[in-house]
Amino acid sequence: MMKPETEAELAECVACTGEPLQVMGGGTRWLGRSNDGARLVTAGLSGITRYEPGALTLVAQAGTPLQEIEAALEAEGQRLPFEPMDHRALMGTEGESTIGGVVAANVSGPRRIQAGACRDSLIGVRFVDGRGNIVKNGGRVMKNVTGYDLVKLMAGSCGTLGVLTEVAFKVLPAPEARAVVLLDGLSDEQAVSALAAAVRSPFEVSGAAHTPSGVDGHPVTMIRIEGFAQSVAYRAERLTELLANFGEATVETDPDRTEAGWKWVRDVAPFHGRSGDVWRISVKPSDGPRVANAIGAKAILYDWAGGLVWALVGSGTDIRPMLEGIGGYATLVRASDETRKRIATFHPEVAPLATISAGLREQFDPRGILNPGLMG
Amino acid sequence: MEMPAPDARVMSRKARLVERLKKVLPEDAVIHDPTETRAYECDALTAYRCPPLCAVLPASTEQVSAVLKICHEEQVPVVPRGAGTSLAGGALPTADSVILGVARLNEVLEVDYDNRFIRVQSGRTNLSVTGAVEEEDFFYAPDPSSQLACAIAGNIAMNSGGAHCLKYGVTTNNLMGVTMVLMDGTVVEIGGAHLDAGGLDLLGLICGSEGQLGVVTEATLRILRKPEGARPVLIAFDSNEVAGACVSDIIKAGVLPVAIEFMDRPILEIAENYAKAGYPDCEALLIVEVEGSEAEIDDQLSLIVEIARRHNPLELREAANAEEAGLIWLGRKSAFGAVGQVADYMCLDGTIPVSELPFVLRRIAELSEEYGLRVGNVFHAGDGNMHPLIMFDANKSGDLEICEALGAEILKLCVEVGGCLTGEHGVGIEKRDLMGVQYTETDMEAQLRVKDVFDPNWLLNPAKVFPLDVTEGRRG
Repeated sequence: MMKPETEAELAECVACTGEPLQVMGGGTRWLGRSNDGARLVTAGLSGITRYEPGALTLVAQAGTPLQEIEAALEAEGQRLPFEPMDHRALMGTEGESTIGGVVAANVSGPRRIQAGACRDSLIGVRFVDGRGNIVKNGGRVMKNVTGYDLVKLMAGSCGTLGVLTEVAFKVLPAPEARAVVLLDGLSDEQAVSALAAAVRSPFEVSGAAHTPSGVDGHPVTMIRIEGFAQSVAYRAERLTELLANFGEATVETDPDRTEAGWKWVRDVAPFHGRSGDVWRISVKPSDGPRVANAIGAKAILYDWAGGLVWALVGSGTDIRPMLEGIGGYATLVRASDETRKRIATFHPEVAPLATISAGLREQFDPRGILNPGLMG
Repeated sequence: MEMPAPDARVMSRKARLVERLKKVLPEDAVIHDPTETRAYECDALTAYRCPPLCAVLPASTEQVSAVLKICHEEQVPVVPRGAGTSLAGGALPTADSVILGVARLNEVLEVDYDNRFIRVQSGRTNLSVTGAVEEEDFFYAPDPSSQLACAIAGNIAMNSGGAHCLKYGVTTNNLMGVTMVLMDGTVVEIGGAHLDAGGLDLLGLICGSEGQLGVVTEATLRILRKPEGARPVLIAFDSNEVAGACVSDIIKAGVLPVAIEFMDRPILEIAENYAKAGYPDCEALLIVEVEGSEAEIDDQLSLIVEIARRHNPLELREAANAEEAGLIWLGRKSAFGAVGQVADYMCLDGTIPVSELPFVLRRIAELSEEYGLRVGNVFHAGDGNMHPLIMFDANKSGDLEICEALGAEILKLCVEVGGCLTGEHGVGIEKRDLMGVQYTETDMEAQLRVKDVFDPNWLLNPAKVFPLDVTEGRRG
């Protein structure tokens, strides 16, 4: 295992390696199949480089623990907008999630529908490409269109184009208050209609989820609003009126309970400790129930107003053929190495796009040493 | 500004090229008469002009594909053009190039309110996208100041911003999918009505690539419900420093205004003289706008006013009604036009960390003195996106060159303090030769390799974005 302490050392590790590398942050969300290569761990590159609360920007080395970043932001009443999930309980992994790992996997939680994905908050990167070159792109300002946006390309590239060494974010103020409007007993189709009505209202919904089987086994539909206390109270009331057709709503405002509820959704808690493969399917929100019907899963959780479907299915089930005709893509998040040999982690791309993606990997990593085979 | 010498081999084959293009396009969609191609000789950066070899106006993705296939076979450079409103010269032709205009691609293809997206052809104007969904009280958030004229295709090419991106983000944050034609005519679909990419984020890569990777013909865009209301407050200060500190304090307090606009004295004098908005006599003026219900607006504005008072403003003016709100915005919205009445101007758009605002404004004033040209500043302060307007006289010999030199100094300053060359206009030709200030050769090489993948022969908008000496070996 290699654990460089500086960007220059990391560049040397990549330049000099004679074998493939498994690039890792904290290893908490390992999506790939184990390969025979050496592990290259970025945890040695750690620390917040610069944090300017008045400019809403934060820069950190890639190996910085996510927890350290969230704590620093919290101390100033700010937060990462995209609400990254903690994969550990779902994946059965341990260790410390790093900010570089979050970026490499473009991890975005329930607030994705309002505040954007990880890639939308990411404003700058430094990375070492497969040739061992140190490259920077973007910077530490919110608006930057100077040259191509490799920042977006690096987010979600899972270490296949380069090893991140530093990342910069736009951050947001944490809200003063939060409320959750809850509806009980809706079918999946009704729930997705209710969520659509909520997100298309002017009331700035920051979370829209549905579980067909909540903690007590009944369906629960959850709509989150955040902001200044009076505003939250006003919007909760208006949403309750707006959704009257879907039954009587209750409003939960307890800070701890609402926080725990959205962590439950964010971290896909209903699947914790249950056997089977976990799929993450991104579709047009109104197609969410179609996806669930097509798969016939052991368990389902809807986020993003129905646009994100988490599915727990029997081990080794390839759900992609079942989703034909529904636009979007499916990612195999949790499966055995055996299954991954047969079913690709990432949705196969159509021919011209696959050629472009392969071309990009070839350009950034001509020796094919960075997480080979993970993305195609 | 240097452009590559036109390729004589391409120029000599004009007649044959035009014949081939006429076979795949209607007669009136191929413009080749020199008196008519002049209409395409420049975009909104009018200091540089060059008529193209010819211009084509396809009306479908299939036609775009057919045109590009021919140009690829003939090895002719293609310069895509949205509405021609680029301030960076993004659509400036060379004499050996074909201008591919998307003006006829202006249909709305699909509107879906429940899933909050609209699918349009890319030649549609920014404002008319909002126009198509207004009946349901929806809007398309990115609002570049040219939104009445500018096309979605150009917005995607330049990753355009606007006054309201502090809250809503820029084009890339509101773009969900595209249909794009590669230089060899291949049509690709990226993204769609779902969120985020399954594989590499090619959508994020294409947005802001200045028409160098492909020609976008259709786009799926996020639409949002309009807020219940919006209201601005005007805050006047006797120094730029204090105004800058106030901006920073507002942001730190946890309010996220939808816009924070900043105007300095040189701009205020010109704008007030022109628009008569009744602005106070001051060094720096902020316009802060918040959104929501009446009560929510009251709430947020009272917090903003409280913060502003701590900085001893010369005046605080909250709009009591729509008319007063209109007046507050009037001077800001007419600022560019007002400057245009008194001088020729070049508009820069470097972005800086917000904390550096006072220092940068002071340095710009010093540089302005040194170069003997007036500079006014009117910009989006919340996100540090400056807009220094350098005023010059195009009829005075040497003035444009002095203006360009001053502009380069200001942009270098932006990079030195931790910012960038361009926040929302794009590099085009205007900032092309300054790329080395922000990026090393290795940084640029990584970007050039992206173009190598999408357009191996470097035929799409080839002389833009990167310094010519850096791309020389790659261009035909």
